[in-house]
Amino acid sequence: MNHWIIAPVILPALLAPLIAWLMRFDIVLARTFSVAGTIVLTAISIGLFIMAADGGVEAYRLGNWAPPFGIMLVLDRLSALMLLLTSVLALIVLIHVIATDWDKKGQHFHALFQFQLMGIYGAFLTGDAFNLFVFFEVLLIASYGLMLHGGGRVRLKAGLQYVVMNLAGSTLFLFALGTLYATTGTLNIADLAIKLRDIPLEDAALVRVAAMLLMIVFAIKAAIFPVQFWLVGTYANAPAPVAALFAIMTKVGAYSILRVYTISFGPDAAATGDMPGMWLFWGALVTTGIGAIGVLGSRRLMTMLSFSVIGSMGTLMLAVSAFTPESVVAALYYLLHSTFAAAALFLLADLVVTRRREGDVLRASPPIVQNGLFAVLFFAAAIGMAGMPPLSGFLGKLLVLETIRDMPFAMWGWAVVLIGSLLTIVGFVRAGSSLFWKSTATTEAPAEIASPAPKVPPHPADTLALAPVIVALAMLAMLSAFAHPVSGYLEDTAAQLFTPNGYLATIPETGEGVK
Amino acid sequence: MEMIVASSVGILTAGGVYLLLRQRTFPVILGLALLSYAVNVFLFSSGRLAVGLPPVLNKYAETAYTDPLPQALVLTAIVISFGMTAVLVMIALGAYLESAEDGVNIDLKRPDIDDDEDEPTGPMSAP
Repeated sequence: MNHWIIAPVILPALLAPLIAWLMRFDIVLARTFSVAGTIVLTAISIGLFIMAADGGVEAYRLGNWAPPFGIMLVLDRLSALMLLLTSVLALIVLIHVIATDWDKKGQHFHALFQFQLMGIYGAFLTGDAFNLFVFFEVLLIASYGLMLHGGGRVRLKAGLQYVVMNLAGSTLFLFALGTLYATTGTLNIADLAIKLRDIPLEDAALVRVAAMLLMIVFAIKAAIFPVQFWLVGTYANAPAPVAALFAIMTKVGAYSILRVYTISFGPDAAATGDMPGMWLFWGALVTTGIGAIGVLGSRRLMTMLSFSVIGSMGTLMLAVSAFTPESVVAALYYLLHSTFAAAALFLLADLVVTRRREGDVLRASPPIVQNGLFAVLFFAAAIGMAGMPPLSGFLGKLLVLETIRDMPFAMWGWAVVLIGSLLTIVGFVRAGSSLFWKSTATTEAPAEIASPAPKVPPHPADTLALAPVIVALAMLAMLSAFAHPVSGYLEDTAAQLFTPNGYLATIPETGEGVK
Repeated sequence: MEMIVASSVGILTAGGVYLLLRQRTFPVILGLALLSYAVNVFLFSSGRLAVGLPPVLNKYAETAYTDPLPQALVLTAIVISFGMTAVLVMIALGAYLESAEDGVNIDLKRPDIDDDEDEPTGPMSAP
């Protein structure tokens, strides 16, 4: 057994209490340890990524209990990819937080940040559905703290909604797991796949109920219609760097759907068949539309960016819903892209909003310092998010459109994605012009009431504050430039999901389980 | 016994959902508590209901047993829902003290949005 597999869970779990207890009054020490920990986590993720790249599936059995009795972590290409994505994103966000002093606006930012990472890594690594629930709770409870970081009454109200929504989601998750356990007698993802192959016909209905309940739970996480309402209020009112980190949280939902509905409820599982894909398709379609219309209709920058995240999740899940190897490649490529695009936009928005007199309200205000530089960066990030040629969004959307072409209602998918992209472009153009262009011409009287965003005296952003945005944008450029090797890796990843022999081999043949 | 357990899960869930849809935080918290009770009972019964049986397998004889795993699951679920309820109470209290009203909706006036519209709630008027 390779003990490095559990390191991404253990390291933040040890670091977070240390930061919370020993370094609570020393921000320099907390920053040093938080950054050092995240760098080490990135190194471990790269190591695990290289290890998984050779195609093997490694299981880590906690306490060396033989599966399906014990809990296990499983490292395959998909997990390793998500780990690496999380680590890089975490590093980018952390540097931004430190450069902009967000961590000084409340206590325990770094401890919560590490707990958040622990939950996300755990969710990506676990091979057990109940453990997935537990790691969901870990990442959620940390995210409540991060979302409320800095306080303020609107943020607290939005946070309350976020918490209630997710607690209701957790309850559904438990109902789904209970139903699944009652019918199959296991909650191990690989063991479920084996047990579900020959489930008796009279139990098939119960399995379908459990499968669709789980779908709702993951759809809440991934913000898919009809349970996408929480996202806008949460992201728009969370601290901007936290919203950037949350770009990976919706992807946890997408990952879970990919994992559970390819391996456990695979296309060969007679009990569910292609039902998950069918429901997901229509949900994703509406989500894409809502995102685009929301981008066009928003009057605040943060709200607009939140809707663009919803739109990108819709496009992503549209590709997932086909459940073919090609569509999973497209979905994963778009997942990588949309994570960095959303992070770049939120981080940039933070830099811009704190320097504007009008905060994030999209109307003319006097020009900010470094107006030109911010305009260029916003332009690049908006191109990425809207999916226009030079950056990876274009390739991602192209792949998505290509792979859904053979689906029954593909015309609808094409129409919504293309019209949605147009609306998104118009929305971003409008926002960009009122943020950066109209600003130079305004002669309005100063507004009476200040926005709820805390005012920072205008000062130019230094290199450290700009670096995270630029790195995130560079990731988009690299995804585009190295599209061939990236898609090669993703093809292997998809192949591993659709021929899960390696994954299922983590269950020993003798472990027949309880009768 | 199946009838009692099943109907208690059903009634708790119905009450929980009803309270969850209320407008104020206190009923919502109670609703979530009821839902978590319902799911705990449900999880508990997912390993089949058995009375007076040991929670262990006997490898020498085919004896009846009660499945110990749901009990472990339900313990985890209780601990988590307990912690989550505590967090929720604190957040609700904080939101109440900050805004002096305990509605769940974000229906606070947002005077910094353009004043020509009668839409004070932003995009999140519905929970």
